[in-house]
Amino acid sequence: MANIIEAHNLNLWYGDHQALKNINLDIQEHKITALIGPSGCGKSTFMKTLNRMNDLVDGCRIEGDVRLNGVDIYKDMDVNILRKKVGMVFQKANPFPMSIYDNIAYGPRLHGIHGKAALDEIVERSLKQAAIWDETKDRLKKNALGMSGGQQQRLCIARAIAVEPDVLLMDESTSALDPISTGKIEELCLELKKKYTIVMVTHNMQQANRISDITAFFLLGELIETGATQDIFLNPQNKKTEEYITGRFG
Amino acid sequence: MHEKISLSRRVKIKVLNILMYISFILILALVAGLIGYILFRGIPNISWKFLSSKPSLLNGVIGILPNILNTIYIVLITLVIVLPLGVGTAVYLNEYATNRKLVSVIEFATETLAGIPSIIYGLAGMLIFVQFFSIGTSLLAGSLTLVIMTLPTIVRTTQESLKTVPDSYREGSLALGSGKWHMIRTVVLPSSIDGIVTGCILAIGRIVGESAALLFTAGMANNILSLKDAVTPGNAGSTLTVALYMYAKERGEFGVAFAIAAILLILTLLINLSAKLVAKKLKVKVD
Amino acid sequence: MQISSATDAKNPKEAKSEGSGSMQTKLYSASGVPSMEKSQKKKNIAEKIMSGIFFVCGMLAIAFVLFITAFLITSGVPAIGKIGITDFLFGSVWASTAAEPKFGILPFILTSVYGTLGAIIIAVPIGLLCAIFLAKMATNKIAALIRSAVELLAGIPSVVYGLVGMIIIVPMIRDMFNLPDGANLLSAIIVLSVMVLPNVISVSETALLAVPREYEEASLALGATWTETVFKVSVPAASSGIASAVVLGVGRAIGEAMAVMMVSGNVANMPGLFKSVRFLTTAIASEMSYSSGLQRQALFSIALVLFVFIMIITMLLNFVFKKKKE
Repeated sequence: MANIIEAHNLNLWYGDHQALKNINLDIQEHKITALIGPSGCGKSTFMKTLNRMNDLVDGCRIEGDVRLNGVDIYKDMDVNILRKKVGMVFQKANPFPMSIYDNIAYGPRLHGIHGKAALDEIVERSLKQAAIWDETKDRLKKNALGMSGGQQQRLCIARAIAVEPDVLLMDESTSALDPISTGKIEELCLELKKKYTIVMVTHNMQQANRISDITAFFLLGELIETGATQDIFLNPQNKKTEEYITGRFG
Repeated sequence: MHEKISLSRRVKIKVLNILMYISFILILALVAGLIGYILFRGIPNISWKFLSSKPSLLNGVIGILPNILNTIYIVLITLVIVLPLGVGTAVYLNEYATNRKLVSVIEFATETLAGIPSIIYGLAGMLIFVQFFSIGTSLLAGSLTLVIMTLPTIVRTTQESLKTVPDSYREGSLALGSGKWHMIRTVVLPSSIDGIVTGCILAIGRIVGESAALLFTAGMANNILSLKDAVTPGNAGSTLTVALYMYAKERGEFGVAFAIAAILLILTLLINLSAKLVAKKLKVKVD
Repeated sequence: MQISSATDAKNPKEAKSEGSGSMQTKLYSASGVPSMEKSQKKKNIAEKIMSGIFFVCGMLAIAFVLFITAFLITSGVPAIGKIGITDFLFGSVWASTAAEPKFGILPFILTSVYGTLGAIIIAVPIGLLCAIFLAKMATNKIAALIRSAVELLAGIPSVVYGLVGMIIIVPMIRDMFNLPDGANLLSAIIVLSVMVLPNVISVSETALLAVPREYEEASLALGATWTETVFKVSVPAASSGIASAVVLGVGRAIGEAMAVMMVSGNVANMPGLFKSVRFLTTAIASEMSYSSGLQRQALFSIALVLFVFIMIITMLLNFVFKKKKE
């Protein structure tokens, strides 16, 4: 399977503190890659490098390179184009204080699509792909903030895929949700990976085990081990991986 | 291969950025120009003689001592009355009132008072104090009018200040058996002093700058009055602002007008600065 | 702890209770009534009194509003009665000192409306752009600088604005448009916009700063630039705050008297950009000192109209924006 993202010798500093140490990690297309590790291990930081949301942090410095489809995302790519290709769903659902329709249409409108017919089609398609069309088709003009937490998060997923990214980053996107909503979103991910590539940061190892194809274990800014999820959980090579998975620390 | 966002997007973004920069420069230029011009035309006309004498047709002299004194008197008298009243209202709203409807009515009333333009205050003041209570055109009538006008300011800032006092302070005091007033007097008010002082400074700023409300209540006279005169009915007096208006519009003495304007500007600057210093002190305390 | 009180020696009762502990000695005053109870009673009375005082204070605001409304109505209604409300509100000629006086205030109403509109049209775009710049673009140092500048602008007394308007704006307009005199509606609009600017800027800035960061992050993550994010997400999210800024500006402009009096010419014309005009506020102020009889009463009626106008506008706009919020 092709690598859609490749990180080579990636080092990252927040001011004087080095948050990522020499990360070499490839993300395979159409797979779900789970990034796991204890708090502060750098998994979120690494993921935010993939869509350059780290740029927003004062004093953030990078060495090494990250390539999307072979193109260096720092040197050879406009950051706004990158973020269209690499979408993100946040830990806490953050729909805009607008109608459901406008939330989904925001991305496409940004990128130049203005015709009503085209937007209608995109909105419907995205909401269907996010498995939330039936719940919203009669309320498209209503404010998105009126939905429940789980629904809002699925709305955010729909919003992210409306611009047809190559990769979808999910930063602990189910940690604030109840088990039923979480289950729905996990099902969704399994469907979505047919079209997109998913990278997810999760604290929930059972979740990683359930739905991811590849797991990468981070600790203190280093990538300790990565491989097929089955292998990582049943037969970890590194002692630290084993300790984390069996709950010795976390 | 350096794909960029569409040209039309980039153009729109650039245009918006330019507009924002223009507005920011405009504002800075406006303020700098305004202040510069006023000081430039006003300061040369300020002399010790100017500040310390009263106007005298006989001597052909224009002095603004009476106006300075009148301004000071009005500030003092207004504050002395409005501070207890305003703080009292805020204390009632925040510490005593239980009926939510009543609270919203009072707050609506305060908002209403805040929205009334000063010329109407002037008129109402004239009707109520000058005529109905027969105080006559006087500094006292002017002060009373300004009391009503600045009440909302004091109430608002005091209320905000009271709200920042943690409930734990109150509970602690009450748990020791103190009564409400005792608690307020010993715990709540001392903790909100800075906010009250800020409100006070803001009110002073408003009073010093007020003119329309004083035209028909405090009048346009230029005699030198004592503090005792100021609190006695019937003694009219024009403040710095009213004097500026008279000298500029009615007498065409622009030199004098600009001098007064420069003084008012400097006063405003000082008042702003003190408000900021108190706010800083407050912030340090809270942190 | 032995604390002797002055009454000890005098009171035979004290001697009896001596045995039960020296604390007890303190609790009884000469008259035999427990002094702690007495001071407690005193405290209770004080509490009750203060509670009453604070209640009275609370009622003050309401009392003041009622007072002012009552006085304005009682002095304003008579003239309206005598002149006739339609002639008063819609009559287009104001000639209060003519042999056959006419008291139509339409010119003043329209002037106030146009003047306020003009000031808002100029001040809101500029003020909003500046607020956006302040809240979202400027570095901390520059932001602090502009904020101080804006605060200063807000504090300058209206007569000072009027003075500068008289000396700079009026001649400028006169020369620019080749008019005999530059004191007209246009000059007033310019002065009013400058006066309204600081309010618009500071309230809008507060509203913009309050927009949750999450919305802006979501927008950036979708590929929007910061400028696009600010205008497409932050500004709409702050719209109710920005709306209140506009309402504030309207209130300030419509109620301004002194500055406007110095630059607008003061003739009771139907409004025209280059005509000398009178606003509702200046109509009151310019004739009040030498007015008498019906003319004087008519001026109070104008004040009443202005008062009602402002109440209606503020309530209407607040209602509209509250509805929009929902």
